[in-house]
Amino acid sequence: MEGARERLDAGVRRGLPFGIAVFAVSVTFGVLAHPLMGAIAPIVMSILVFSGSAQFGALAVLLAGGSAGAAIAAGILLNARYLAMGVALAPSLRGRAWSRAAFAMSTVDASWAAASRGDGTFDPWYMAGVSIPQYIGWVLGTVVGVLIGSRLGNPNALGLDALFPAFFIALLFEEARGRRRMVAAGGGAGIALVLTPIVPAGLPILAAAAAAVAAARRRS
Amino acid sequence: MTAVWVVIAALAIATAAERLAGPLALGGRPLPERAMNVVELLASALLAALVVVETFGKGSSLTIDARVLGAAFAVIAVLRRAPLIVVVLGAAAVTAIARLLF
Repeated sequence: MEGARERLDAGVRRGLPFGIAVFAVSVTFGVLAHPLMGAIAPIVMSILVFSGSAQFGALAVLLAGGSAGAAIAAGILLNARYLAMGVALAPSLRGRAWSRAAFAMSTVDASWAAASRGDGTFDPWYMAGVSIPQYIGWVLGTVVGVLIGSRLGNPNALGLDALFPAFFIALLFEEARGRRRMVAAGGGAGIALVLTPIVPAGLPILAAAAAAVAAARRRS
Repeated sequence: MTAVWVVIAALAIATAAERLAGPLALGGRPLPERAMNVVELLASALLAALVVVETFGKGSSLTIDARVLGAAFAVIAVLRRAPLIVVVLGAAAVTAIARLLF
C-alpha cells in the first residue's frame, strides 16, 4: 500500500513517548507480580497478553486470593473494550484475513486512539507503528520490574499507581475534542462512577459505551 | 503456580480473540452511519471511564487518595501541553510526595 512505510514510521515516532510511559507502567507490573508469579511468568504474560488493564486486573484478583477463574474473568471483562474498538476499527482494515488479523493484534488503547482520524476511520499502519515502541517498552519494563522488584519496596509509595490515570487523562484530552465527544466522555465518567461500587471490575468501563450511544443521538 | 500459568494461557487466548473478533467478522464491510456515529464516540466514553476507575477505584469501591493529586497534576500538565512522559512521571512524583507528607 502506498505510503505504508511512511505511516508506519510516523506511528513509531508517535509511539516513542507512549513506549517510555508504558515501560514505566510495566516496571510496576513486574514489581507487583514478582512475589506471586516469580520471575518468568510475568514476562511471558507481557509477551503474550500485552494488555495493562487485563494483566493488572488479573494480578489484583490473584493477589486478593481470588481463583484462577475469577482472575481470567476479570481480565476478559477489562479487555471487553477491545470488542468495541475492533468493531470501530474493522471498516478501516482491508485485505486478506491474516493481514486484518495482524493489524487487529496491534490494537492497544493509545495506538487505537492515536490512529483515529476523527471521522470514525483509522490508519492501520500508523496504529501498528504506535504499538511497536509500546510492545518493546511493555516487555522490557516487565523484565526490569521483575529484576528490581524485590529491592524497590512499596511501589505505591513511589506513586507508580498514579501512572495509569495520568496516562488515560493524556489520551482522553487528545481524543475528546468537540461537543459530542465531551458529552460522551462526561457520560462515560458518570457511568463508571455509579457502577464501580456495584458491578465487577471491568464492567463499568464496558458499560461506558452506553454513553457513546446516547451522545450519538444528540444533534451536534 | 499452576493457577498462574492457567491465567496467562487463558488471557493470551481471550485477549487475542477480543482483538480479532471485530476485524475478522466485519473486515472491509462498512458499518451503517448510525453505528459509525457511535463508534467515533466510543474512545472518549471508554477513556473517561478508565480515568475514573484508575483515579478513584479501589477494588470494587471508590476512594479518594493521593492518586487524585497526581491525576490533578496530569490534567494541568496536559492543558499546558507538557510531553506525555512529564505528565505521567510528574503525576507519579506528586502522588509519591503526597504520600510522604500525609
